[in-house]
Amino acid sequence: MKRKTALTLAASLLATTALAGAAQAEGKSLTIASWGGSYQEAQSKALFEPYEANTGNTVKQETYGGMSDVRLQVSSGQVTLDVVVSGSGSAARAGEEGLLEPLDYDIIDVSKFPEAFYSEFCVGGDVFSVVPAWNTDKFGEDGPQNWADFFDTEKFPGSRAYRGKVSGALEPAMMALGVAPADVYAELSSEEGIERALDKIRELKPNIAVFWTSGAQQAQLMKDGEVDMSTGWNGRFDNAKADGAKVSYTYNQGLLDYDCFAIPKGAPNKDLAMEFIAEISKADYQDDLPKFITYGPTNADAYDTGEISAEVAAALPSSAANMAMQLPISLEWYAEWETIAAEMYQEMLTE
Amino acid sequence: MTSAHLHAAGLRRDERMERWRLFGLGSPALLLVLVILVIPVGWLFYVSFIGADGNFSLENYERMIARKSYSRIFITTFQVSLLTTALCIVIGYPLAYFMSQLPTKWANLCLITVLLPFWTSLLVRTYAWLVLLQKQGLVNQWAISIGLWDEPLKFVHNMTGTLIGMVHIMLPFLILPVYGAMRSIDRDYMKAASNLGASPRRAFWTVFFPLSTPGLFAGSLMVFVLCLGFFVTPAVLGGGRVIMVSMKIVSNIELFVNWGAASALGVVLLVLTVIILWIASRFLKLEQMTGGGH
Repeated sequence: MKRKTALTLAASLLATTALAGAAQAEGKSLTIASWGGSYQEAQSKALFEPYEANTGNTVKQETYGGMSDVRLQVSSGQVTLDVVVSGSGSAARAGEEGLLEPLDYDIIDVSKFPEAFYSEFCVGGDVFSVVPAWNTDKFGEDGPQNWADFFDTEKFPGSRAYRGKVSGALEPAMMALGVAPADVYAELSSEEGIERALDKIRELKPNIAVFWTSGAQQAQLMKDGEVDMSTGWNGRFDNAKADGAKVSYTYNQGLLDYDCFAIPKGAPNKDLAMEFIAEISKADYQDDLPKFITYGPTNADAYDTGEISAEVAAALPSSAANMAMQLPISLEWYAEWETIAAEMYQEMLTE
Repeated sequence: MTSAHLHAAGLRRDERMERWRLFGLGSPALLLVLVILVIPVGWLFYVSFIGADGNFSLENYERMIARKSYSRIFITTFQVSLLTTALCIVIGYPLAYFMSQLPTKWANLCLITVLLPFWTSLLVRTYAWLVLLQKQGLVNQWAISIGLWDEPLKFVHNMTGTLIGMVHIMLPFLILPVYGAMRSIDRDYMKAASNLGASPRRAFWTVFFPLSTPGLFAGSLMVFVLCLGFFVTPAVLGGGRVIMVSMKIVSNIELFVNWGAASALGVVLLVLTVIILWIASRFLKLEQMTGGGH
């Protein structure tokens, strides 16, 4: 009796391993880590699930805490993630640190990507913008139309919220000083230039009620009417608006930035990861993303497939018309100046 | 050898045995302290001297001298901690005194109301203050509607908000030890004092207050030290202006991708705290702070 049970057990074990083997032969599997929430849900519906349907491969989704997790995995030699979603700046830094595989642009076709939306270690997945937003109860639809207006407390009296960190904080001040968007990074490439931008923020500081530190905070501050104007990410303001907030914003002089896909150094399925990124960077995938979240596609062709209506395109940061009036952030500048600028920014904050 | 000598030797041996036995009993705790305190703190010191290139370097300390923001952040940290402690004493001591004079049944009820917020998440309480105190928050709306003031007052996104939030969170840490110390004071002492002709005020200051100081010191020390490491409350209620060391540690980890840059901040905070406590111990007896020494 006992022997019989053992035999059946062994047989069933064999059967399951055989089945698992068969499943593996059918389709490959890779692991991707993103940030969870409505963002990952949108990615899942627009990119990952269609990828599974089209290729028969399996995408295992995880959430993670950003590049510090990748650093831990790479330094301990226990890399489990094949693809990670990251901010463009942190990916550039992680790449320099040697935590990421360089991407193979013979496999990933970026011929239709604006040059600002990919780099050596990461390729853009969606585009967002740092914009000036205002309370429509206070200023109507004609709020500040550029950064000079945002900094002008005579024309637009009221309280402001501004970023508590240096990234995306100096460029608006530079433009408010009258520097043309194309020259902003050249002007910021010295300590004197950074100081000039900081002085502009110092001037506004008595009117800055809050220095925000998270995206959720921007939305809350505008929704609760705690401030009359804020800098922030367009998607957060869209969400707040959908939630009943009296908020509007302009893309004029906005700072274009992107989230991207990268491959950790020593990823277990590196080749498959490269193919995966190539596949989901195609216009046919990217054109579905705006259905789920108000972030723009990085592949310019996605606007031509007919999936994105003219009306939707007008509201997205990466449509041709909106792109033309914005400034793409410069990863090179951040790589060279961020630590110095961040320390100087904190000095301004603590005065 | 006389028998007295033998006897003394036996006693000494017994004493040694006893010491070893006690040491053996204490060793698990000592080991724990070694593993979770001494080694990590030593490691922290070591890492703080490692530069971005992985070699020995003083750059993490030099940076703190070169940039003014660091000294300002340390000043803010100690300022917030001291003010919170002072406010907790001003609010908590009279409350503890009141509770200690109540019959046990009522005192326990009061104790529960003190403890209730203690059991609620710190994050929830911090955000609750934000909802209450912001420009269009309940407090401002209510006060304006009944005409107490016309323009919304700025309670949050500044030092005021940070202190309100932190005092609220820290209060039980002060009240509990003070209340404990007060409960253990024999009431006959006060009766004896008034019997000898002391006014109630004099009896309080010369008899009751000195006896309650061990609890007061213990509570103040706990509040002060816990405040030094606060993160969530100043981050949410400080509006980005009240920057404490813990927040700077986080931003340095993100910015420099180098544990040393953050460890050095921890080391300086630790050293400054020890110095401050040492100075305090010159004026107040440290044994009293820990509740012993009577």
